[in-house]
Amino acid sequence: MSDLPEIPATGGEPAKPRSAQLLTFFLDNQEYGVDILRVQEIRGWSAPMPIPGAPPYIKGVINIRGDVVPIADLRERLSLPPMEYGATTAVVVLRVRYKNRDRIMGVVVDAMSDVTTVPGEALKAPPTFHDSGESLAKEIATLEDKMITILDVDCVFGDRAA
Amino acid sequence: MTKSLSDIQIELLGLFFEESAEGLQQLESGLLALEQSKGGGADTINDVFRAAHSIKGGAGSFGLTEISTLGHAMEGMLEDFRSHRTEPTREMLASLLEGVDWLRNALDARKAGGSLPIAGVRAFCDQLETLRGSVPGTPTAIEKVASAAPAVALRIDFLPAPRILESGNEPVRLLRELSRLGRAKIATDLSRLPGLADIDASLCYLSWHIELEGNDVSAKAVEEIFAWVDTDAVLRIEPVLAKPIGQDVAAAEVAAPALVQAHPVPDAKSQLASTDGRADTAIGSIRVGVDKIDLLMNMVGELVITQSMLGVIDDEGSLDSRRVEQLREGLGLLARNTRSLQESVMRLRSVPISVVFNRFPRLVHDLGQQLGKQVELKVNGQTTEIDKTVVEKLGDPLVHLVRNSLDHGLETPEIRRAAGKSEIGVIEISAYHHGGDVVVEVRDDGRGINRDRVIERARQLGLLGENESPPEDAIRDFIFAPGFSTATAVTDVSGRGVGMDVVRRNIRALGGDVFVETTVGKGTCISMRLPLTLAIIDGQLIRVGNHAYVVPLLSIIESVQVEPKRVSKFQGKRELYRLRDKLIPMIELGQVLGMQSWQRSEESLMMIVEADNAPIGLLVDELLAQQQVVVKSLETNYERVAGLSGATILGDGSVAFILDTTAIGRLVRGTPSGAHAA
Repeated sequence: MSDLPEIPATGGEPAKPRSAQLLTFFLDNQEYGVDILRVQEIRGWSAPMPIPGAPPYIKGVINIRGDVVPIADLRERLSLPPMEYGATTAVVVLRVRYKNRDRIMGVVVDAMSDVTTVPGEALKAPPTFHDSGESLAKEIATLEDKMITILDVDCVFGDRAA
Repeated sequence: MTKSLSDIQIELLGLFFEESAEGLQQLESGLLALEQSKGGGADTINDVFRAAHSIKGGAGSFGLTEISTLGHAMEGMLEDFRSHRTEPTREMLASLLEGVDWLRNALDARKAGGSLPIAGVRAFCDQLETLRGSVPGTPTAIEKVASAAPAVALRIDFLPAPRILESGNEPVRLLRELSRLGRAKIATDLSRLPGLADIDASLCYLSWHIELEGNDVSAKAVEEIFAWVDTDAVLRIEPVLAKPIGQDVAAAEVAAPALVQAHPVPDAKSQLASTDGRADTAIGSIRVGVDKIDLLMNMVGELVITQSMLGVIDDEGSLDSRRVEQLREGLGLLARNTRSLQESVMRLRSVPISVVFNRFPRLVHDLGQQLGKQVELKVNGQTTEIDKTVVEKLGDPLVHLVRNSLDHGLETPEIRRAAGKSEIGVIEISAYHHGGDVVVEVRDDGRGINRDRVIERARQLGLLGENESPPEDAIRDFIFAPGFSTATAVTDVSGRGVGMDVVRRNIRALGGDVFVETTVGKGTCISMRLPLTLAIIDGQLIRVGNHAYVVPLLSIIESVQVEPKRVSKFQGKRELYRLRDKLIPMIELGQVLGMQSWQRSEESLMMIVEADNAPIGLLVDELLAQQQVVVKSLETNYERVAGLSGATILGDGSVAFILDTTAIGRLVRGTPSGAHAA
């Protein structure tokens, strides 16, 4: 993976006027986005090899050009109602940083949406609810016609503290 | 020299550290050989001298003052040995060995970006000098004479190695530099000049004898001028006033040709030896013999040919039977190429085990003295090659085992004599290939491990109940338990009971295992079985449910059809299988691997595998092919999974997990630490 650019630093408050370019996708009719610089590729769904003893949202591992890559179901991770995988189901392969190491992982989403540039002023901190549990939301982008929840991809594995 | 270093300098410095590590090794083994007067010949002294000299020279050119000072002081003493001015005494060798430690510390400090305080170094050097001076009849160091006489005249013999010009050094420039110090009378020695037809223009055949006089002249200043060439030349500096000149010239003329001849030859040899595979122990780099690279190049060449052969088939359009045949042939070739390419790349990763073994002569020597035991160390199979990762992690366990052997295993000379053994104990470290593994053994001819004492101690520690009968393999089961030690006294060396369990853990982490063989009164042999490489294994593919898994071929003992009448229930739940005279716990792999829907079928086979030296039976649905698999770590992108040693990618692109039979055995037995299961 050495030929890939370094993962841009996350965490801390990003400088506000900076605009963000997002890859957006749908989960349960809601639009979500991830930093496009973290996306390695988008693939169709293929059945992974289940890992014994893994948490239920980890569907297993697949082979991506010789790398053994774990696949997480984002619906399950976000405690959304499950859905059968279908023709639009896609796997977004992300570069994440977890436990001090750069890793590759795939997340299963309902369907791809778009690449959107969000101006800095449209980015808001996510609200907290007492029952929201782990939201994985890093920021919320409010655009004229819609709202995009920006996910912190480094937190898909494990909990926020890790 | 605190000025910032350029990239090239940093690179050179790295090279210097690497070479110094080798030099230290050479110094150490040479000194030990001298001490045992086994290889006390001139060759050994020369080797040791050269090692000290190169370190000094290198350090000097990088401005690492404390290292060059140390090197210089040691070199001085060694020079006395070399010129037979003194014969090495035990005391001298001991302080030279101490010097090796100083050098090592100083180098380590520099590597870490600091430096040893020069005062301490000077104090030690003075000690060396005093030791040198205390021998009657020894001429004192050059500098001392030089500084004693105010107006100095020096006689300098500068005998460059023929290939000095290759390193970009220009003798004339050095001579010009020299004449700046004072009045120089330079005589050129043409005695080495061959006939015109034989001259190789790239070699230097000349040498020079210089008499230098002046107020600023000091041996040190002269040495500084020659600092850059001192590995490529013989340089002798002597005060003129000390000896009648005529005699000196004669001596020098006799000595010169011999020295010149002697120098380049062993030097070339040592260079060869270092490219021959002596690898550096640092994590980052590896030295590879040119022959290995050449082999690799050839194979890549063949691969390219095969590829173009296959490419032609692709160009020709539709596939008729002739082309299919060609294609098949090409693919066969490709398989062969891939296999040999893989083997050679593996070989690149392997380094001779001597990298680890090298440290033992010194360790055994020091420890033997400390414990008052006489030891002879035998080392076998130094050239056995083993994966670099394994080598790096083998060091500590091995040190531990050798220390144990020395401390617990070998008896004191008195006891040995009383037992009718030779007073000199023998510790033998060997490495050899055995099947797909490398076996590393530490064997001693000491007192052996007393089984009764082990059992007694196990009872004390609560590892074994009062009324429980000890297991057959009591020794093996207990000495690897955490906190276990039969040593009556805790010594500095060992006996604190932290150790054997750590040894076993480390070796197991490498995918190997440890075995003990012992006879009371005769000795103990601890052998470590290690995989040759960690990256590729021979695997048996099996099917469980709808998925394929890989079991390392080495851990499989046999596979049998399950005969229902041989199965018996144990405690209502566990099933045991009676195979010949053994009861083997049966494990439903489908359950271990978390397949809720998995059901044992009529055709299920039982694969009997090794787990902590106790066989377990894994129920599998089908045996598939045997093939080599490339081990991919699950930790790269995920995390460690209990019961799996990794994953691999099969020919169809799907992922298959590699089962860790030892871990599965432990999972099922519920003994995560691998401690004895009662």
